[in-house]
Amino acid sequence: MDLKSNTIEIVERIGYTSDKLIEILIEAQLLNEEHYITEEQLKIISKELKISFSKVYGIASFYSMLSTKKKGKYVIQICNSGPCYINKAKNVVEAFEKNLGIRIGEVTTDGLFSMEYISCFGACQIAPAVKINEKIYGNLDENKVKQLVETLKKEAI
Amino acid sequence: MDKIIVTVDGQKVSVESNTTILEAARKTNVNIPTLCYHPDQNIKGSCRICIVEVEGQNSFSAACCTPIREGMKIKTNTMKVREARKMIMKLILANHNSECISCKRNGNCELQTLCEELNIEENDLDKFTNLLPIDQSNPSIVRDQSKCIKCGRCIEACDEIQGVGAIYTVNRGHEMRIAPAYEKNLCDVQCVYCGQCINVCPVGAIYEKDNIEEVWRALEDSNKHVVVQIAPAVRVALGEAFGMKPGSIVTGKIVSFLRKIGFDSVFDTNFTADLTIIEEGNELLHRIQNNGKLPMLTSCSPGWIRYIEFFYPELLGHLSTCKSPQQMFGALIKSYHAQKTDINPSDIIVVSIMPCTAKKTEAKREEMQDNGYQDVDIVITTRELAKMIKESRIRIEELDEEGFDDPFGISTGAGAVFGATGGVMEAALRTVYEVVTGNELEKIDFENLRGISGFKEANVPVGELNINVAVTNGLKNAKILLDLIKEGKADYHFIEIMCCPGGCIGGGGQPIPSTNEIKEKRIEAIYKVDLLSELRKSHLNPVVKTLYEEFLQQPLGEKSHQLLHTHYTDRSKE
Repeated sequence: MDLKSNTIEIVERIGYTSDKLIEILIEAQLLNEEHYITEEQLKIISKELKISFSKVYGIASFYSMLSTKKKGKYVIQICNSGPCYINKAKNVVEAFEKNLGIRIGEVTTDGLFSMEYISCFGACQIAPAVKINEKIYGNLDENKVKQLVETLKKEAI
Repeated sequence: MDKIIVTVDGQKVSVESNTTILEAARKTNVNIPTLCYHPDQNIKGSCRICIVEVEGQNSFSAACCTPIREGMKIKTNTMKVREARKMIMKLILANHNSECISCKRNGNCELQTLCEELNIEENDLDKFTNLLPIDQSNPSIVRDQSKCIKCGRCIEACDEIQGVGAIYTVNRGHEMRIAPAYEKNLCDVQCVYCGQCINVCPVGAIYEKDNIEEVWRALEDSNKHVVVQIAPAVRVALGEAFGMKPGSIVTGKIVSFLRKIGFDSVFDTNFTADLTIIEEGNELLHRIQNNGKLPMLTSCSPGWIRYIEFFYPELLGHLSTCKSPQQMFGALIKSYHAQKTDINPSDIIVVSIMPCTAKKTEAKREEMQDNGYQDVDIVITTRELAKMIKESRIRIEELDEEGFDDPFGISTGAGAVFGATGGVMEAALRTVYEVVTGNELEKIDFENLRGISGFKEANVPVGELNINVAVTNGLKNAKILLDLIKEGKADYHFIEIMCCPGGCIGGGGQPIPSTNEIKEKRIEAIYKVDLLSELRKSHLNPVVKTLYEEFLQQPLGEKSHQLLHTHYTDRSKE
């Protein structure tokens, strides 16, 4: 099935009422490897739920768990809350930036990686920590970041 | 309802139990400042400028959204309240592009007024205005986000009142903005250009595309024959921009002003409103007699036309093919009038003064032309007319009242009522009844079709036929009827739909404020114009008769089809 019919299937399964919007958006996002909801999907959801397109977009852009912009296949979420910060999360950011050639908020040209900040996800005991596609990596330094990037690149091929 | 006694600044007041602090204070003549609050909208409580102290409470309460409690002691004017309000205002100002002197709303801005009232002097906070590009992408509406204070009134007007939803909040927290999805330009989303967002904006963040300079330039050009038409709703609202009471009728003064600044002919859109009734009335009868698509829907309101083209293209066959009175006027000026006066249509400039922002886009529609001449060249709103009057330094208060030029200045009361919701229907019924039965309609006031209610209906026996009609205004209300038509449940012959709440008198180009209270006054004035008219039925307009004899020959005839009728486009994919 294509993206369109898959999205319609989600709406059919979850429900056509406006209170189901967020649930639908979360599932719709899972259909895309690039971790975002496409304009086409938002339009379908808006039509099916009879909510204006701008409102559906507005709500999707409100929540940090949802994205309206293309992200990488691997979304590197770097914690910038207190404990990670004092454990030099800044060095981790720099190491990723160096290894990937992108900055926070950007996507690599091959579409494999994107980087963003995230608030504390409770891995303070292994700070500085990052979350990559729901998996947590801790006690990071420059070397570990380099290895991690290489492993992920291999995994992707 | 139970009464509750509260104290506002030491004064006891007895109010109903569901009253807010804001309303209770107003009863004691204390006018708590507001910004996001709008009398016709839901309470938002987002700007916090209305905060007050409540005895026994550590934090402030927002007066607009806090209901009163028995024995509440409210203080609205303490040092603490004044200082806090000032700080809130300074925070808003730090993010506001305060270029007041060149702002569209200079002198009529709620933020500016409030700064004066709160005694704001220097702002010691750093400015962090976001100078995003101004959206000038379309002929009707301009958005300047650097002025936006994020009160959310425009969203309510667009999403909840009109049900269009062209704009909404985007992002979160300090990155939140009000914009179309993907922060596109308005021309790239399904915006109907009704301008209801403009009428509720407290500042200059949304305004009409200004065409004043084009009008001045046309008037300066001695080679051009410049003709002007005034819509029915303009004459009952313009006075407000000059401090007159809402509902003041200033037709004669407008005519006199327009003549003074050099228009070659000053005509009345009410004339082509009469003509619309003849064409539309005949179209209705034709549809009824020939099993045509019913119910027929009116087509005068260009915001409504865009709405059906965007959202209900499958119902386009129900729309009357009649052009709006503005467009009929332009088409006749560049054909009949050009012939009569022996002026080349290329030397004629048609200017319209409209209560409407969508009219600017309507005039530019590709199909609104004949022989390569666009029917209407320049459209300005009531607000722009007020600006031109101010700019000319002519004191409108002192002007004598003058009458329109012949022949297109002659109109009936039926043309006048087009400006209010229900008016087109009332005018049509007056004519259809007499044309069909040949008898005089005795009771010509259709009171149950008047007023700003969102839905009105009537059943009118016309000879052997019982005509069922409905009237609605505001697009969210229109949607209800459209869904009924789709389900085959709309048992009507004729439905009048006006895009703006209240009809054209509540149009997006009217003086601000344009609250329901003010709209009702404008409606009263419209019916006063009707009542004072010598003729009150379109088919009795002598010039309309002459026009058919000399030029159009017959309603729905070949000439009519060429000049006065149009077609529509499915825009659902745009």
